[in-house]
Amino acid sequence: MTDLKAAPKRPIDSVGTALHTFRSRHASWIPVFAALLILVAMFVGAQAYFGRFFSPGLISALLLDNAFLLVLAVGMTFVILTGGIDLSVGSVMAFTGMVGASALNSGLPTGAAIIVMLVAGALIGLLIGVLVHYFDVQPFIASLVGMFLARGLAYLVDLRSIKIADEAILWLQGNRIRLGAGWYITPTGILAIVVIIVAALVLQFTRFGRTVYAIGGNENSARLMGLPVVRTKILVYVISSICGGIAGLILIAYQGAGYPLNGMGAELDTIAAVVIGGTLLTGGTGYVLGSTIGVFVYGTIAAVISFLGAEQSWKRIIVGALLLIFVVVQRVIVTRPARRS
Amino acid sequence: MRNIVKHSVFWPVVALVALLVINTLVRPTFARIVIQDGELYGTLIEILRNSAPLMLVALGMTIVIATRGIDLSVGAMMAVSGSVALTIIDSSPTPEAPHIIALAIGGGVLVTLVFGTWNGFLVAVLGIQPIIATLVLMLAGRGIALLITGGFTTTVISAPYKFMSQGYVLGFPFAFFVSIAAVTIVVLIQRRTALGMLTEAVGINPEASRLAGVRSRGIIWGAYAASGLLAGFAGILYSSNIMAADANAAGNLIELDAILAVVLGGTSLMGGKFSIAGTVIGVFTIQTLRSTIVFLGVPPPVSPVFLAGVVIVVVAVRSQLVRQTAARWFASARSVARPNSKVTS
Amino acid sequence: MPVDDVVANTDVAPADVAPADVAPIVEMRGITIEFPGVKALDGVDFTLRAGEIHCLMGENGAGKSTLIKALTGVYAIDAGVITVNGRPESFHSTADAQKAGISTVYQEVNLCTNLSVGENVMLGHEVRGVGGINWKATHREAARHLKNLGVDIDTRSGLFSHSIAIQQLIAISRAMVTDSTVLILDEPTSSLDRAEVEQLFGVIRDLRDRGVAILFVTHFLDQVYELSDQITVLRNGALVGEYPAATLPRNELIAKMIGRELDDLTAISSSASRTIDRDSAPLFKATDLGKKGVLEPADLEVYEGEVVGFAGLLGSGRTEFARLVYGADRADSGRIEKRGSSVRISSPRNAIDQRIAFSSEDRRAEGIVGDLTVAENIVLGIQARRGWLRRVSKAETDAIVKEYIDALGVRPADPNRPVRNLSGGNQQKVLLARWLATAPDLIILDEPTRGIDVGAKADIQRKVAELSAKGLSVIFISSEIEEVVRLAQRIIVMRDRRKIGELESHDIDVDDVIDYIANEAQENVA
Repeated sequence: MTDLKAAPKRPIDSVGTALHTFRSRHASWIPVFAALLILVAMFVGAQAYFGRFFSPGLISALLLDNAFLLVLAVGMTFVILTGGIDLSVGSVMAFTGMVGASALNSGLPTGAAIIVMLVAGALIGLLIGVLVHYFDVQPFIASLVGMFLARGLAYLVDLRSIKIADEAILWLQGNRIRLGAGWYITPTGILAIVVIIVAALVLQFTRFGRTVYAIGGNENSARLMGLPVVRTKILVYVISSICGGIAGLILIAYQGAGYPLNGMGAELDTIAAVVIGGTLLTGGTGYVLGSTIGVFVYGTIAAVISFLGAEQSWKRIIVGALLLIFVVVQRVIVTRPARRS
Repeated sequence: MRNIVKHSVFWPVVALVALLVINTLVRPTFARIVIQDGELYGTLIEILRNSAPLMLVALGMTIVIATRGIDLSVGAMMAVSGSVALTIIDSSPTPEAPHIIALAIGGGVLVTLVFGTWNGFLVAVLGIQPIIATLVLMLAGRGIALLITGGFTTTVISAPYKFMSQGYVLGFPFAFFVSIAAVTIVVLIQRRTALGMLTEAVGINPEASRLAGVRSRGIIWGAYAASGLLAGFAGILYSSNIMAADANAAGNLIELDAILAVVLGGTSLMGGKFSIAGTVIGVFTIQTLRSTIVFLGVPPPVSPVFLAGVVIVVVAVRSQLVRQTAARWFASARSVARPNSKVTS
Repeated sequence: MPVDDVVANTDVAPADVAPADVAPIVEMRGITIEFPGVKALDGVDFTLRAGEIHCLMGENGAGKSTLIKALTGVYAIDAGVITVNGRPESFHSTADAQKAGISTVYQEVNLCTNLSVGENVMLGHEVRGVGGINWKATHREAARHLKNLGVDIDTRSGLFSHSIAIQQLIAISRAMVTDSTVLILDEPTSSLDRAEVEQLFGVIRDLRDRGVAILFVTHFLDQVYELSDQITVLRNGALVGEYPAATLPRNELIAKMIGRELDDLTAISSSASRTIDRDSAPLFKATDLGKKGVLEPADLEVYEGEVVGFAGLLGSGRTEFARLVYGADRADSGRIEKRGSSVRISSPRNAIDQRIAFSSEDRRAEGIVGDLTVAENIVLGIQARRGWLRRVSKAETDAIVKEYIDALGVRPADPNRPVRNLSGGNQQKVLLARWLATAPDLIILDEPTRGIDVGAKADIQRKVAELSAKGLSVIFISSEIEEVVRLAQRIIVMRDRRKIGELESHDIDVDDVIDYIANEAQENVA
């Protein structure tokens, strides 16, 4: 039986084929490279403009200040990869933070308080997943409901902030581990990095992770291929909310207290970071590494704005504009090949 | 068509009436109306007055939803129009002059009309998902509003401007008349012209409408522009109420209130047939709910929990799962019907 | 017709073992599936044996796809038994069918284009180690399965970078990963060119020789004869019969699929013999109208008051041609002239401005606006043309609606009923009314009598004859060739996305048209 090769799409020359192979294998990394380029460009530009931007201290601070956003972005990546969206993450972060702070203050040991926080987050995620799958609610509406519920519950725990006196929690943030040459990291930063690594491994090396990508690529095909679509779709919302809980932990450590109005609008920042980081909103393409870069882009924008002494409202506008550009570009790129076929 | 609308408004009306009755029983002052200096006061009157911004936003949301879309930026647009209007008044030496007031209102509304047109362009021409398209303005809009006021919460003193939200005409709050005017205009445009039917056709079956020659693009574009325009007026009313341009608080989370009002009123989120009457009932229901929550002593920031609960109940009742389960209960009582869905998964 | 003539034109060797000797892998007995208002399958039997290529044939509405969905676990059956490998099975999901060893490759190749080739092959069955998925081993496995089918490609490359033909082969090798004993291929060749079809057939024959039972669904007649050992024909939800391909001549196959329905519509039969004035310029003329991958460039002329029929089997390109004429799809090539002057038709609005109307074959998805009333649906065409500002007044609406409800016999005669509550036949009449109300010069009717009761069928055909006699030009598309023969003065015959000829209608009958299609098919295979 003769070997049948796939017809090559480009003229046969070694460079052409090598480039073609590269593009075919790693097409979905290209948007991530684009994000990285933007980040580098911003660093270089800021260094040139301010003369003192690119310093170990500043970059370490970037990680410290945005650790909670990194974790939120990881959770959001799971949801967006399946083609959904989760608008509740900011509120879940506030709610779990309040739950944790309240639990700690009522004498619960640190470990138990953390577990209670994460469970509270998971329950919100479970509710959203159930609404989406068993009550035919659009994911966006379901997550809006989750957002409302979590926000209200956060205030229900306490209308005002709850200060934390727990040593372990404060240690998470306060303890700066010097890495030499001005670099430092905190346990919260390590926690964020661990979350990122675990998520990346899950997405790459587990059947669950591959099912997430399959659903985003073509949910109908995934179902016809016999993959556990329903279970996976609900699980991603639970994961997103658990990440909300972890982010809540990081945030209450950062602030030394639980604030019910934390994270107002954080969901939009998170979505923007994930999209800028190369994850397609239509699902199926994207990496947590990309989302991480997206968060750093976001953080750098905020840092540059405060360097400039400009108003913080510019941050939202710039991020919004970047999001728009990325969405339009994604749309054009997606429709062009579709029209060709 | 009249039959359907009437039918689907029936239950929302029943729900609203029930809510009003319960309130009256629980707090006797609820239904009390006092006349003072020829002006009516009372909780019911407050509901009529305070529901005006939500009414405007919900009207726009109804039309957008009818085209199978959604507009998440309405809250941010409210903030923008308030900022524009108050900045104009603040920078004028004659903050009470009629032409300045007109300029302020016109300016604020014009800006949000442009924003709405922008949203419509993204959705109708570029084909971007409505959620994402309007999410951008939801994100950036408040920032823009803050920029317009230079980062502050501009406050002004202007009696004519304040009149819009606090004043009375013929014994009723002026804001209530704004609501009436908006509802009337929308109903006239939708039902006196063919726009209503064509919008429904586009929402029910976009492909059949295209093949029938309907200009879907223009209709969808117009829906978002209208939503922007109405949100602009809502923002004017809101800023008139607090006499300040608070970019963060204006229209905060009003999107879900509007969506809920539309859903309560019987319009489906899937698009197609819509009911203005239903939305009106829905708006009053939500406003009454909010008043009830306040009366129960629930702190305002906690109220979203109740609204979320209401949404869950409404959505659950309308869902396939509950309907099929209920059908099966009734069926087993009569042992006649079979499950009507052949598809296994 | 001698059997030899048929066999000589196929290049498949007759199966060595007579079907009766081989134990069946799949046995479906007495399968009945009902939906509200229609019996999709009525007591159908179907047998599939190991090492056999079996083609399922039938026109639209015959029940082919319903039978397959019953076998693949998408639909639950109301009556009957399905036995797979000797065991009675009751499928509640597609996963159940897959566990029983049944795999399906669909026309749209249901794979995930965002993932790599190897991953698509092994999805759900990746090779796992201690630390999760072992990608190296997984890709090795995938490459092995692909090599078994003679496909040698980079398994790490993205699925999107390969042609549909290769993607199909990848889907087939996925079926082999799960050790499927039954492979169902649903219209696999619609998007393939000749070379790719050859490649696919080689793989299928190879699998057959290895003992896989293959169920092949296609409407391309030559491919049926090239490939299949057995043919099962369905019509109107019932089994017509199972035949060895080698002993069933083409004409008989077509006749069995289409059926001969007797009805007395003698009043309309004079339509076909009406003389048409073809001396002046045609009302509508298209030259070289075509679209790559959809329709080979074709010519079309329609004269005033003429009924031009499009005849051909499912998939022959009739609807595609009509959609290009109407601008519902954009043509790549061709010129259009109306009454001698050149016009541009690239969207439905252009066509409507030229007073051309189009009634789609898919009533539900492209015709009726379900939640709107009968009156609103009828008036929609006129209203769309007038724009949103100038509303068609209630008086005008009432008059028009009453006129058409009476003229076409719409039942129930209630203008305020939502159109989704009407029967198929009445929905079709409402759609017809919508288009007739716009007073077009040319109306295209795509399968206007499909899936509706005999009475409504007669009404609609009568109306078409009447209106064309009064000067309306009609393009009439129907799978029921006798309708086309009855109504049209000229018939355009199509096959495999090509116009293969034109017939003057007054001295031919259904058999002539069937022969024409079949003969064209034979000539092309040699």
